Amino acid sequence: MSTPETPAAPPSPAAKAGAGVATYLDERLGTNAAGKKNLRKVFPEHWSFMLGEIALYSFIILLATGVYLTLFFKPSAQEVTYDGVYAPLRGAHMSEAYASTLDISFEVRGGLLMRQIHHWSALIFVAAIFIHLFRIFFTGAFRKPRELNWLIGNGLLTMALIEGFAGYTIPDDLLSGTGLRIAEAVILSIPVVGTYVQFFLFGGEFPGDDIIPRLFIIHVLLLPGIMLALITVHLMLVVVQKHTQFPGPGRTNENVVGFPLMPVYMAKAGGFFFIVFGVCALLGGIAQINPIWLFGPYYPDQISAGSQPDFYIGFLEGSLRAMPNWETNLFGHSISWNVLVPGLILPGIMMTLLAVYPFIEAWVTGDKREHHLLDRPRDVPVRTAFGAMSIAFYLLLFINGGNDIIGLTFDISINNVTRFTQVALIVVPPIVFVITKRACLGLQRADLNRVLHGKETGIIKRLPNGEFIEVHAPISAEERFSLMQRNTYAPLAAGPATDEEGVPTPGHKVAKVRAKLSKFWYADDMPKPTPEEYAELTAGHGHGDDHGTDVEGHGH
Amino acid sequence: MKRLSARRRHPLAGLVVLLLALGAVGGLYSAFAPSGTAEAADDASSLQIQEGKGLYITSCSSCHGLNAEGTSDGPEIAGLGAAAVDFQVGTGRMPLQSREGQAPAKKQLFTEEETVAIAAYVASLAGGAPIPTAEQYAADGDLQEGGEIFRTNCASCHNFIGKGGALTRGKYAPNLTGSDPKHIYEAMLTGPESMPTFSDGVLTPEQKKDVITYIKTIAAEPDPGGYAAGRIGPVTEGLLVWTVVIGALIGAAVWLGAKPS
Amino acid sequence: MSYGIDTHGGHGTDLAQVEGDPFADPGLPHHTPRRTDIDARAANRAERQVAGLFGLSTILTIGFIVAFVSIDKEDTMYVVGLGTINSLNFALGVTLGGSLLCIGFGAIHWARKLMNAEEIVDYRHPMKSSPEDTADALELAKQGVADSALPRRKLIWTSLIGAMALFPLAPVIALRDLGPLPHKKLRGTLWDKPEHREIVHANDERRLKPSDFALGTMISAKPNDLESLEDLAKAAIVLIKINPQEIRSKELADRGYRGILAYSKICPHAGCPLGLYEDETHHMLCPCHQSTFDLADFGRVVFGPSARNLPTLAITVDDEGFLVAKGGFDEPVGPTFFERGDA
Repeated sequence: MSTPETPAAPPSPAAKAGAGVATYLDERLGTNAAGKKNLRKVFPEHWSFMLGEIALYSFIILLATGVYLTLFFKPSAQEVTYDGVYAPLRGAHMSEAYASTLDISFEVRGGLLMRQIHHWSALIFVAAIFIHLFRIFFTGAFRKPRELNWLIGNGLLTMALIEGFAGYTIPDDLLSGTGLRIAEAVILSIPVVGTYVQFFLFGGEFPGDDIIPRLFIIHVLLLPGIMLALITVHLMLVVVQKHTQFPGPGRTNENVVGFPLMPVYMAKAGGFFFIVFGVCALLGGIAQINPIWLFGPYYPDQISAGSQPDFYIGFLEGSLRAMPNWETNLFGHSISWNVLVPGLILPGIMMTLLAVYPFIEAWVTGDKREHHLLDRPRDVPVRTAFGAMSIAFYLLLFINGGNDIIGLTFDISINNVTRFTQVALIVVPPIVFVITKRACLGLQRADLNRVLHGKETGIIKRLPNGEFIEVHAPISAEERFSLMQRNTYAPLAAGPATDEEGVPTPGHKVAKVRAKLSKFWYADDMPKPTPEEYAELTAGHGHGDDHGTDVEGHGH
Repeated sequence: MKRLSARRRHPLAGLVVLLLALGAVGGLYSAFAPSGTAEAADDASSLQIQEGKGLYITSCSSCHGLNAEGTSDGPEIAGLGAAAVDFQVGTGRMPLQSREGQAPAKKQLFTEEETVAIAAYVASLAGGAPIPTAEQYAADGDLQEGGEIFRTNCASCHNFIGKGGALTRGKYAPNLTGSDPKHIYEAMLTGPESMPTFSDGVLTPEQKKDVITYIKTIAAEPDPGGYAAGRIGPVTEGLLVWTVVIGALIGAAVWLGAKPS
Repeated sequence: MSYGIDTHGGHGTDLAQVEGDPFADPGLPHHTPRRTDIDARAANRAERQVAGLFGLSTILTIGFIVAFVSIDKEDTMYVVGLGTINSLNFALGVTLGGSLLCIGFGAIHWARKLMNAEEIVDYRHPMKSSPEDTADALELAKQGVADSALPRRKLIWTSLIGAMALFPLAPVIALRDLGPLPHKKLRGTLWDKPEHREIVHANDERRLKPSDFALGTMISAKPNDLESLEDLAKAAIVLIKINPQEIRSKELADRGYRGILAYSKICPHAGCPLGLYEDETHHMLCPCHQSTFDLADFGRVVFGPSARNLPTLAITVDDEGFLVAKGGFDEPVGPTFFERGDA
């Protein structure tokens, strides 16, 4: 691996010093063996492999700026009278938490920058988790052996949402207080224990003096601590299991092709960290975020039109708005489905489905092998369609969470936006499913055509018999290989209902369900051509044509 | 040329022309009317009322009735007072352009003088709240107090800094940041359309002044943190992240992974 | 494919994978050199660019320090496209962001243009341990179990399970004092107490009288001598004055005073304060989830997710002519809780 330099060059002082440090550490920690294993660790290169990195880096930025903010923030609900530099609030009564956030924004030099970097990177963190999740899902990177890392990722997503909500809440401004009030209602809606959970969490009735310091410690210690640990495991598993790669010539399930950690990925990933940090810092300097001074301090009898949570909580706001007003009263007790379902049950179902998807898919395919080669989304139409359908469902909830902003901006009645959402939540996802699946199969067919008939050149030729045809050029062996290196599954068979002696086979019903699902998953897939088919198709045509083109006989 | 033809197609163009013509007739009338009744008018206010009556009859009476008693096309406005008329006509909401939905603020049809004259005429019919004086709506009240009142009673419709918000069935609370302080005062006092009334009993004139002070100060306040994306809160922030920021970061990732030539 | 087909289970093959690729793997493509690999001038230029970016970063960091010490924290400036903004924040953000971006772009540019661009191959091994390792581990585990004496001394095992299952109770119990028990606290408000029945203005806390109201008036109010936000979070009300003829029932009119009605300001859906009152329709809208209540008709829900009507507070005037509550609300205000029931 060494570059051809003059072989006898004496080691430089820097190299000597480096060797000294390495020896010192190795004699105490045995680091040289670890270095041997990891210094030239190979990372495959693809832009979509950097999406999780965005999340990781924004988490680091959040930790750094968060520590800074704790040096000035006072997590206290104690009432104070503001006498700082922001004139419109001078003389107002507010919590110490809100007052200290004003001070960070107006009196601490660089404080506003840090607050804004913190908030921007929080939004980037959650957004990056989402797009990272999409990449993992649509390429099937969650398959064996990575199911456990998928679950860790799911846990991180859930915690990121709670962590973000806690951070949004602790400045105790009018907007965040409104969000907290809704959270309180959601907790109260839990059957049997809800009222007790609310009283224990808030230290009594809403709002109370305890919730701000408690959310603070959850926000700065409990959740970041757990998340840091999980992120560490998440990354260690990537190292242990090695990164997945897209199929291509020379890239197999048994190897990993890419660039070494040292130096290429140290520079690229390290550089990317600085880019993410730089973007956050730049945003903190030029784009205002969460101007709590405009919202005012929280009072439980005040509210603003267009009160909105940060985007990642928007789907909950939308589901609460779209839910019909159902409530059950029995035996002197109440269950408010109108809060419980959209606030807890629905997100619970969504997160559970997300978490168990890899196991469902593995069961349906019966595939117990390790997968290190990624799928292209089109090659697994049902999975892709499920993903698109779920995103559509989520987006509809999210859009309804801003129905007042939409109504105001586009001059539509909010009542109509809500009614539209209620219908669309049921109608649109299945339509998206069908369209996506069809689109995937269409793309599969296009791939197959490209492999068998070559690529369209745009050159129209007139044959002697007067027929017009388009000249197709054969594609490279590399491309042909890449396009057809996908898993094809035949639907599973359920097997006989009884064995030879007429005794019912145990578990036959389950097997039948599985066979049906398997058919649903795979029956429509385009089959790969067999080598014989390919040979037959290509042999009949003008190979060796002097333009290197392959003329297809099936003109349009 | 393109702009001209685009304008020509505007569906309301005919109506605007009609209203302008009506306004012009009214203006002409007002120019001639005082001379006809000169012998009765020896003081300025009755002159003004006469002028207002003329304008009223040409532009308002078809809906509100000859004596402001209301018709099937428009409500009774006698007794609403000068402030209500000044608000409706002064913000261009009246004369109404279309019966659909809420009357939007638009370019005024009458000059300030004419507006005041119509208001004086309507007030002369059955009294009501007068147009506030410049002293009443000057933005020199208690800023902090105004903010508190605003957040308790106004922000629920008009948003925390008066950006406006959606109401039921396509109605909306308008954006106040660019509104004339006089009109804000009049709106609080008279409660136009969906808006409730904040009578002097529940919101004293000083408190109204505080509210105006708050709205006007906040609107002029700089955004220390930078580009504020319309100051409407987390929605635009989220939009910015999902489009520009994530877009830029993915762009950087693509560049990072692309094979250099 | 070295993993082959896994076939077990009683119902045909469990794996439905159709094996085989129709085309042979052409192998890794040949490495094509970059311009910087063959053109020394291009490589030198890239080096200068990287160094330039790193140098610029240094300058920008110095700029950050200079801005920090020299710009007053209250200075504002106008920036085209951004508006009037805080000078210090802008300067700090731009210098810090620029400095970090320069490091990032410099490092990646270096990696792309000057570092060895030949892809290398590493081999994977199945995550599963080898059969020998598995057998050895199993043997060791068996040895461990035997050494622990557990198989012979079952009592230890059962008692240990009991101890381990119970000890987490201690920290859970210790959480008991996080808050008081709810009792009936959510059922009542400050209005229940006779000494807190004066209706006062939400902001200046002066008492209100009927003559303060014009037709169509709305104002936020609260009980007198309110001390805590917890009380405010339940006792906040809005007062409106409706033309008495438009009030749908005599029963409701009687709960008010000459057209003045008092409603809870706290939405019975999720507890947001209401206040979007439309005087023409008498509809009150919640800005959070858009439940809409008809205030001329006992706060009946006309739209949105609220399952409950908006509670009314019965009011009258006292001897001095000021508005007072006749008593508390007839039902709990705010969001529904499990013990609430239909009352």
